[in-house]
Amino acid sequence: MVMASITSHLTSPFLSTPEFCRLSQSLHRSLRQRRCIRKSVPGTISASIDLKPPPYALNALEPHMSAETLEYHWGKHHRGYVNNLNKQIEGTELDEMSLESIISASYNKGDILPAFNNAAQVWNHEFFWESMKPGGGGKPSGELLELINRDFGSFEGLIHEFKLAAITQFGSGWTWLVYKEHKLDIPNARNPRPSEQDKKLVVVKSPNAVNPLVWEYHPLLTLDVWEHAYYLDFENRRTDYISTFLNKLVSWETVSSRLEAAKVLVAEREREMEEIDAIDDMDTIEPEDTDMYFGSDADDFADDDE
Amino acid sequence: MALRALANGKTLGRLYHQQIRGLQTFSLPDLAYDYGALEPAISGEIMQLHHQKHHQTYITNYNKALEQLDDAIAKGDASTAVKLQSAIKFNGGGHVNHSIFWKNLAPTREGGGEPPHGSLGWAIDQHYGSMEKLIAKMNAEGAAVQGSGWVWLAVDKELKRLVVETTANQDPLVTKGASLVPLVGIDVWEHAYYLQYKNVRPDYLNNIWKVINWKYASEVYAKECP
Repeated sequence: MVMASITSHLTSPFLSTPEFCRLSQSLHRSLRQRRCIRKSVPGTISASIDLKPPPYALNALEPHMSAETLEYHWGKHHRGYVNNLNKQIEGTELDEMSLESIISASYNKGDILPAFNNAAQVWNHEFFWESMKPGGGGKPSGELLELINRDFGSFEGLIHEFKLAAITQFGSGWTWLVYKEHKLDIPNARNPRPSEQDKKLVVVKSPNAVNPLVWEYHPLLTLDVWEHAYYLDFENRRTDYISTFLNKLVSWETVSSRLEAAKVLVAEREREMEEIDAIDDMDTIEPEDTDMYFGSDADDFADDDE
Repeated sequence: MALRALANGKTLGRLYHQQIRGLQTFSLPDLAYDYGALEPAISGEIMQLHHQKHHQTYITNYNKALEQLDDAIAKGDASTAVKLQSAIKFNGGGHVNHSIFWKNLAPTREGGGEPPHGSLGWAIDQHYGSMEKLIAKMNAEGAAVQGSGWVWLAVDKELKRLVVETTANQDPLVTKGASLVPLVGIDVWEHAYYLQYKNVRPDYLNNIWKVINWKYASEVYAKECP
């Protein structure tokens, strides 16, 4: 099915666009994955995803998140994901890839491959530790606050939606604040007239290991709502955990700098698209070029019926 | 439960209404044993929280969703009725699953952990080779559940065969097959073991077999496969 759409594009300027590159890359990737056999070469450097520590001591978030929780959550759960991921990818094509590339490759457009759960959970937990800080909470400011007011009505509006998403994630999962760049939920869609209005802050929730990178959103903030994240401190009281996170732990500075970075990335991509479009326009066949199809002697093709 | 209803006139009014319309609501079933009776396999702390908080919350939310559904149906509000389905599946499933779970457990001095004799024991040996092999399979599948869910030993009442199956979140076993009847279900949500076993789900799975109530499982099996 993919091949059909590729052949139909072979005679068009599509070949030079990033879309084709991405499409062919993903085709290559999926072909490689099917041949994903363990090649154990002696002397290979073993898989190298690191267990990154939180940017603060394990007891630094007390009393809102206990040292015991951090010791298990980071020291056992997060460490387990890292170790298991490294074991899974060692000697395969995924080895030596960046974590985000492993996530994208193993998400496999929804047809999830075995490395995904571990890879995504490693990423999610790193992102989670960095979303918090000792003495966190308070309110965001600057451009982040402006966008929050624009997209949620008010800071309280955001808090309400975030809490609702966190409490209604049935089972294990994550709650996110993301920056959404596309108007449509179709990653390859191109907005012919992109405007700042299309880009929104959105609250989303995801199950188990899934994260918004796979939906091509730009994550800004996350809260782990797997039970292991709060059970030692709050038992079944997820609502209290969510409130404590928002009031005492969240680092709005980090969220702001992630928003900055996301906007820069989006702007870069839009510039790239513009340049590609400009080249595309140059390749458009002009009416005078019909000579190349019909030859200089149009009479050669005259009707012979007399 | 009835006394509390009388004390709150509003509740009584609503219950009365629902009785007239035939809406059945649910309440927390009692355990046949004390919270601490399953130790050391499962701590009393976990049993109490699991029963009084988690299961109770599923029941409370299930009742609420049923009321809302009842209203929506009476008003012909199709979109609300459909929107409520996930809350019903989740909370109703939670109630169904946990009600089975409490019956799946028994203190050792009341037969917990004692392997089944009779037709179920025979069927397990026939199908899996031995009890040890069945346990190993269920432990492997239970440990492999991503996130939250359950691992089940079931009998397919049409095919008269034993089946090991897993479900995600609070999906009841029937979501995996309409003819599946649960015999033994093991809750592998983190709340079922975290306070005692922390992240080591395999230790929880190894130990829970000491308090599994095979008498109940045998009764269910004998009913489906006489």
